[in-house]
Amino acid sequence: MTEDQLRKMIGRVKEGRLSRRGFIRRVAAVGLTAPMATQLLAIAGVSPAAAQSVPRYAPTRRGGGGALKILYWQAATLLNPHFAVGTTNQEASRVFYEPLAGWAQDGSLHPILAAEIPSIENGGLSADGKSVTWKLKPGVQWHDGRPFTADDVVFNWEYGKNPATAAVTSGSYRDINVVKIDDLTVRVEFAQPTPFWADAFVASRGMLIPKHLFQDYAGANSRDAPTNLRPIGTGPYKFVSFTPGDTLRAELNPNYHLPNRPHFDTLEVKGGGDATSAARAVLQTGDYDYAWNLAVEDEILKRLEAVGRGKVNIVDGGGIEFVQLNVTDPNREVEGERCHISTTHPAFSDPVVRQAMALLVDRNALEQFIYGRGGPATANFLNNPPRYRSTNMRWEFNVARANEILDGAGWARGRDGIRAKNNVRLNFVFQTSVNTPRQRTQAVMKQAAQRAGINLDLKSVTPSVFFSSDVANPDTYTKFYADVQMYTTTMPQADPQLFMNQYCSWEVSTRANSWQGRNIVRWRSDAYDATFREAEGELDPVKRAALFIRMNDLVVGSNYVIPLVSRPTVSGSLNTLKHVLSGWDNTFWLLSDWYREA
Amino acid sequence: MAQYILRRLLIAIPSLLGISVILFTVLALAPGDPFEELATNPAIPPDVRAALRASLGIDDPVHIRYFRWLTAMLQGNWGFSFVSRVDVDQLILQRLPATLLVIGTSQILALAIALPVGVFAATRPYSVFDQVANTLAFIGFSLPTFFTGLLMILLFSVTLGWLPFVYRTDIDATGWRWWWEHLRQTIMPVLVLGLFQGASWTRFVRSAVLDVIRLDHVTTARSKGLPESRVTMRHVVRNALIPVVTLVALQMPAVFGGAIVTEQIFRIPGIGSLLISAILANDTPVIMAVTFVFACLVIFFNLLADVLYGWLDPRISYS
Repeated sequence: MTEDQLRKMIGRVKEGRLSRRGFIRRVAAVGLTAPMATQLLAIAGVSPAAAQSVPRYAPTRRGGGGALKILYWQAATLLNPHFAVGTTNQEASRVFYEPLAGWAQDGSLHPILAAEIPSIENGGLSADGKSVTWKLKPGVQWHDGRPFTADDVVFNWEYGKNPATAAVTSGSYRDINVVKIDDLTVRVEFAQPTPFWADAFVASRGMLIPKHLFQDYAGANSRDAPTNLRPIGTGPYKFVSFTPGDTLRAELNPNYHLPNRPHFDTLEVKGGGDATSAARAVLQTGDYDYAWNLAVEDEILKRLEAVGRGKVNIVDGGGIEFVQLNVTDPNREVEGERCHISTTHPAFSDPVVRQAMALLVDRNALEQFIYGRGGPATANFLNNPPRYRSTNMRWEFNVARANEILDGAGWARGRDGIRAKNNVRLNFVFQTSVNTPRQRTQAVMKQAAQRAGINLDLKSVTPSVFFSSDVANPDTYTKFYADVQMYTTTMPQADPQLFMNQYCSWEVSTRANSWQGRNIVRWRSDAYDATFREAEGELDPVKRAALFIRMNDLVVGSNYVIPLVSRPTVSGSLNTLKHVLSGWDNTFWLLSDWYREA
Repeated sequence: MAQYILRRLLIAIPSLLGISVILFTVLALAPGDPFEELATNPAIPPDVRAALRASLGIDDPVHIRYFRWLTAMLQGNWGFSFVSRVDVDQLILQRLPATLLVIGTSQILALAIALPVGVFAATRPYSVFDQVANTLAFIGFSLPTFFTGLLMILLFSVTLGWLPFVYRTDIDATGWRWWWEHLRQTIMPVLVLGLFQGASWTRFVRSAVLDVIRLDHVTTARSKGLPESRVTMRHVVRNALIPVVTLVALQMPAVFGGAIVTEQIFRIPGIGSLLISAILANDTPVIMAVTFVFACLVIFFNLLADVLYGWLDPRISYS
């Protein structure tokens, strides 16, 4: 089905000549899944109501839920969202501070402090894609009783973009302009047409702090603000006490801006310890209601779940564990630089070798024996939200076929069983970080490769070195001084634009940019660059989705990048706890809607 | 005596400086920075990260950073944590009560076990009591604390459900319930640490007492017809305690330093867990402060042990 046909059908649904169900049935016939079809409709503006993306909230009165106890095995250390380096601090801040909107699990925006999500229909989005107008929810109060207004929103922009503040969020705020229209309306202006406008004031980097408490601490003295550790926000729970690196306590906010919310009277977030005992404290002993990021073997989780007290929640996101085959030559120096962009890899420049490498990965075994529910096998680099998932890619584990194509291309086995051609031996260094599942994956791949006459020398680097940006260290993943490497990359937003820029030619990681470029595999393709540029300026969501699917197909089809398993987030909760989780936002993105079933 | 102490204190200054230089250089050479987590996040441009590094002065040469740290430290300014942006002294003070309570109690428990058991076993060497005490002591210090800790959690928290295994500093209860809850959550960590320490000290006390008990002055005391209890307490134990005092004194810094592994297992917010999370996050000011305080305490308690010698053993004099 071409994009044109799809568009015509969506048009018919819009005009009412085709029912939603009829549309879904028709696209299902050509292999598009139902969630993908509904999302196509939603994004084309044919969604009945946004309420769909968030489950119904049952309690009929505020409070009365008792205590909500949450375990985070990494502890929060500060409560200012603009300084939140890691997820833990974002989560802790999210208890008190809220953004204008958050990302629901289906990849759609859900209004929180905004009255509605801007769209072309309601006039929030300009036709040229150069501005977004946010209407704020009226009647929202900070915990100290002061009203929340457009001034607060504008202040957050000034605060975040000020280099002297040294805010982590500055990347989201420095290139935009924010104008107050009236007390409850702000306009965000961009220099270029920006189809992905939902970054500033949205989700984890969009949490809003009050102007009246922070205005004296914007700039170099930002560290001195007493409210960095005693937050006053708009969230469902009010601050009680906080010990950095240990416990955060909060209580019900009686003036919360949504009816009947929140459900719990008190909230405790305890930090520290390890993931396995956190899983035990929830699933086995029931001491806690919810445990975050259970990086525990699936076997253990299944055993703990069998106790019957709690369940494991698997939430899909964009995280992916994947293998890269170096495009450049790590063993030759040009102008004193290894992996120089002008070199090509002696073996991987042959597409047959790359194809063989892809055929030698037993993703089924990885899913079944190593990652379990925490790592479903995938053929795509861009997996979620479903509307961006390509259906064109397939994966296959086939040693015989790999042998066959290598034989056909003239890669003959030597006396030691390793294939070679024109003095190039299929002997590769395969590096990754020290991490049990990764070492097991390396072993699985090495075994399969051996059967096809390819030798993999396994190398594992301490994570603090591998993932560091240390310019002097040769073992960092951004330098990629090896033939093959493997790691996980995450996708923090439901929009793939930032995620997919890691294969653009201008992002190549080289000495010139101190290896800070995001294109680590150093793959370059004019077709990819052109498609990315087109997507950057494409305001039509359906067309844009098609462009991202094309980019995925280009990069995966090249076999320089071999996706292994996608990495959903895994958490544990008691059976009675009803939560709203999202793979595109913080765990606490909709804490107001959490409740306990009687 | 005063002159001796003064001399020792003066010697301590260069060693502390040396320690701080080594610590600082090692930390500066270690890979990584506090903003590592930002590196794998595509939403944060690399130059934002570079600006953050620059704003904390991480990019300056090592010697400049060291002197900046040293001058601030001399003025009593411990700096602030890169990660939580809170003053380091405040962070340490927050963690001190839990550490003192748990580790302090466990050391007292260890002494309370080691002294009587060690002395009693030594006065009746190779008796049944001695054999049993020895065996238990061997088991006690052969089992690492992370293992006994997990065993206890499995038994008392998971199987029996008697004790909580997540330590909470602020318990929302008052009166006797508060005490009861605190007691329940401290039992396991205190037992794990106390029994481990007590086991090795028992062995030590026993051998120290055995060394003294065969000496001539003990035989003389006995032949004078003194009762056995008096001989043991006055003539044996007092002399045998001298090496034990050194051992205990040298163990004291650990009371402040916390127990990294045990604190992690039971989620006790003590100095040990502060140190380990700071190390994992590359939070240099916190690592420096904690390790430096630790170094000061080691040197101080060494001096204290030496001074105590003179008091316990009149043959040693420092004039």
